[in-house]
Amino acid sequence: MSTVAPPRPAAAPPPPARPSLGARAWGLWLRWWRRLTAMRTAIVLLFLLALAAIPGSLLPQRSLNQNAVRQYFADHPTLAPVLDRLYAFDVFGSPWFAAVYLLLFVSLIGCVVPRLAEHVRALRAAPPPAPRRLQRLPDSGELATALPGPAVLDVVEEELRVRRFRVVRRDGAASTPPGPAASGPELSAEKGFWKESGNLLFHLSLVALLLGLAGGKLWGYEGSILVTEGQGFCNSFQQYDTHSSGALVDSGDLSPLCIDLEDFRAEYEEDLTAASYTADIRYGGPGEEGEPATIGVNDPLRLDGDRVYVTGHGYAPRFTVTLPDGTAFTDVSAPFLPSDQTTMSSEGALKLPDLGAGVEDQLALEGFFAPTGLMQGGVLTSIDPRPLNPQVAVLAYQGYLGLDSGLPQSVYSLDASQIERGRLAEVGRANLAVGETLTLPDGTAVTFTGVSQFAALQFSHDPGQVWVLAAAIAVLVGLLALLFLRRERFFARVGPAPDGGGTVLTVGSLTRGGGESATRFAELTGQLRAALDERSPTPSAPPSGGAAPEPEVSPRDR
Amino acid sequence: MTVDPSLAELSDRLFSIAVALYSVAVVAFSAQLAFGRRPARELVPAGSGGADAGAPAAPLRSDRWGLAGLAVTVLGAAAHAGVLITRGMAADRLPWGNMYEFATAVVLVGVVAYLVLATRVPAVRDIGAFVLAPVVISLVAIGLFLYTETGPLVAALRSSWLAVHVSSAILGSGLFFVSGIASVLYLLRSRQEAGADGSFLSRLPGAATLDRVAHRTAVFAFPIYTFAMIAGAIWAESAWGRFWGWDPKETWMFISWVVYAGYLHARTTVGWRGRPAAWVNVVGFAVVLFNLLYVNMVSTGLHSYGGLD
Repeated sequence: MSTVAPPRPAAAPPPPARPSLGARAWGLWLRWWRRLTAMRTAIVLLFLLALAAIPGSLLPQRSLNQNAVRQYFADHPTLAPVLDRLYAFDVFGSPWFAAVYLLLFVSLIGCVVPRLAEHVRALRAAPPPAPRRLQRLPDSGELATALPGPAVLDVVEEELRVRRFRVVRRDGAASTPPGPAASGPELSAEKGFWKESGNLLFHLSLVALLLGLAGGKLWGYEGSILVTEGQGFCNSFQQYDTHSSGALVDSGDLSPLCIDLEDFRAEYEEDLTAASYTADIRYGGPGEEGEPATIGVNDPLRLDGDRVYVTGHGYAPRFTVTLPDGTAFTDVSAPFLPSDQTTMSSEGALKLPDLGAGVEDQLALEGFFAPTGLMQGGVLTSIDPRPLNPQVAVLAYQGYLGLDSGLPQSVYSLDASQIERGRLAEVGRANLAVGETLTLPDGTAVTFTGVSQFAALQFSHDPGQVWVLAAAIAVLVGLLALLFLRRERFFARVGPAPDGGGTVLTVGSLTRGGGESATRFAELTGQLRAALDERSPTPSAPPSGGAAPEPEVSPRDR
Repeated sequence: MTVDPSLAELSDRLFSIAVALYSVAVVAFSAQLAFGRRPARELVPAGSGGADAGAPAAPLRSDRWGLAGLAVTVLGAAAHAGVLITRGMAADRLPWGNMYEFATAVVLVGVVAYLVLATRVPAVRDIGAFVLAPVVISLVAIGLFLYTETGPLVAALRSSWLAVHVSSAILGSGLFFVSGIASVLYLLRSRQEAGADGSFLSRLPGAATLDRVAHRTAVFAFPIYTFAMIAGAIWAESAWGRFWGWDPKETWMFISWVVYAGYLHARTTVGWRGRPAAWVNVVGFAVVLFNLLYVNMVSTGLHSYGGLD
């Protein structure tokens, strides 16, 4: 965005007559466009963007935590619906947030594109003619030498070209209006185009980054699922516990990939800090044997455009249920969700809606699982996340679960309303260690046979992310060039010395960026003097102004 | 990976020593302000020297206070660095796995940045009291409220991106703190220069110097902070399954990035130069501070590695 506003006509001349509607509309549009692309507007929009992001971090967001939003609705029943209408729970997808950043980007483009054109022009054009009064530049000085004028400029040109300046010589009298200060041949030099190139790269890469983000949102999707050891899933929205997808994702067109979880390991330090989670998986197309792979925290499976992550883990206790008639359901299990990550104490439910023909009642177990159980005051607690002494505290229910009632219910708990209505009755409770059995009044035996681990897996597809990474790197490169390079213009003019003998060389420079320009200017003029002395027959006399060029200090650096 | 208790204890002791040394430095710098000569109005850019004809060449007593303060600060910084080094050695890992370590490192970056500036731009030495007093206060607060026993890293932090992302975040935040302090002092000093009341503020470096120090430091910090954000996104992509998800920490880093982008623009825009731009920098400073404290301690997000319950 422009640091120096390009010269603009101060005001349009008064219209001679009523201009046509089109012209007036065009004038109005132009005025608004200039206002939008002005730097102050950009600064205000940057602030608005920062302000607009704040509610997104202070209020719960649906994209991050649905439960927290539900909780907020429960806690603030009157306020929450009002906030919801203002998109307060979907801030980063809200129209007003989009309005701010789109306006900012329009302003950015409107500012950068003209500068890009100007920069391309400047790259091809010769450095501008020297200003008439070089002494008025932020850094300037005078050198006296015995060499004749053209030879002096030859030396200066050579020295500047060695320093990679682009140099152009002009006959000052011809190119500038004649006057006392603009006499004699002159020289203009310029370097440091990379600074402006960096500036443009930075801003244009931000646009590229936004486009990459948008593309990733439109064509990307992700799904999450809990998978117990020995089980698997295929990439389809029906299978996922939760999923989200972009507007342009065709759910029939997902990459055909299936994942089987063979083994899951959680390792812990002595102080029970989790050290690593690793999952041995097989992946491949549906029906294929699949390739083995090991994935873990910080180490996802990366396939072409798709990634599979381990995002969590937990335990799934296994039970064997033996009906009075001898029918056995061996090692049925359900994932219990960890309620405490440090001890992995978990809660969940196992539902057995179909116990075979002739059995009317459905059976369910709800309870608490402790990987390393300890009885404290008659209550089972967990003291270690590792499965050293797995125990469960279960309540057994018989009756009607209500699974086919049409109302969705959690797989991790029983429907409390069924219990309240008496359709599901508690028929027994026990704390069980591995191998122990709870026998229900009707003779059904529930044996706690062991525990499996489950992994929370996430499947992600984001076609935009490589694009975003490339754009982000370009942003950084542009930023470094923009902030740390400098653009330098250097001008020199020769004229006869006032006392008639030799030449006076007047030099001046204009620097943008890079800090202390005065010291660098003094250094360069010192080197010019040394080069002049080398060529001249006699050492140059001190100039009338002083021994060395007195670098005038720019107001910026004071 | 076991923790070496004697090294961990040494680390805690060095923490107290660093706080004590910094406190001594605050006293020395305050003495410099109290007894110091009023520097000639800075018409010369710091470092170029020469024009201040009235100042004698030999250091005055007040300068000796300043130099003593600087020397004690260097010792304090050494002890401060020792806190992190011994902690890292005790747990055999990078010493930024929790909020205590992170905040301690950020403050160290601030102190080192001040020391570097003070040697390069001598006028900046005079703001010592205003840098070291917040340093002492923050370290005491860190020791009281954020202290966490030395321990191993949680699984999610075991990645080489920890070194890249967290180091650059520490560096960027620490430099922004120095920049923010310089802008606060600039705001005070420029008001004092306008109104010309003879308070101790007149012993600070000139407003233009302060503004320049604030800007240079922010210019240096901004790409580092940008890099920290990009490195964080790359790490988040492999750890959490997405490179950006508006987690509270991410959101606030975004906000602070936008504010600092605003500051860099404002400083070159007519109508925003000077005090308005400095206010923007102060807001950025507040946002970084808020991100460090509120987001770790109050809100819950994926960055909750604070080690606090």
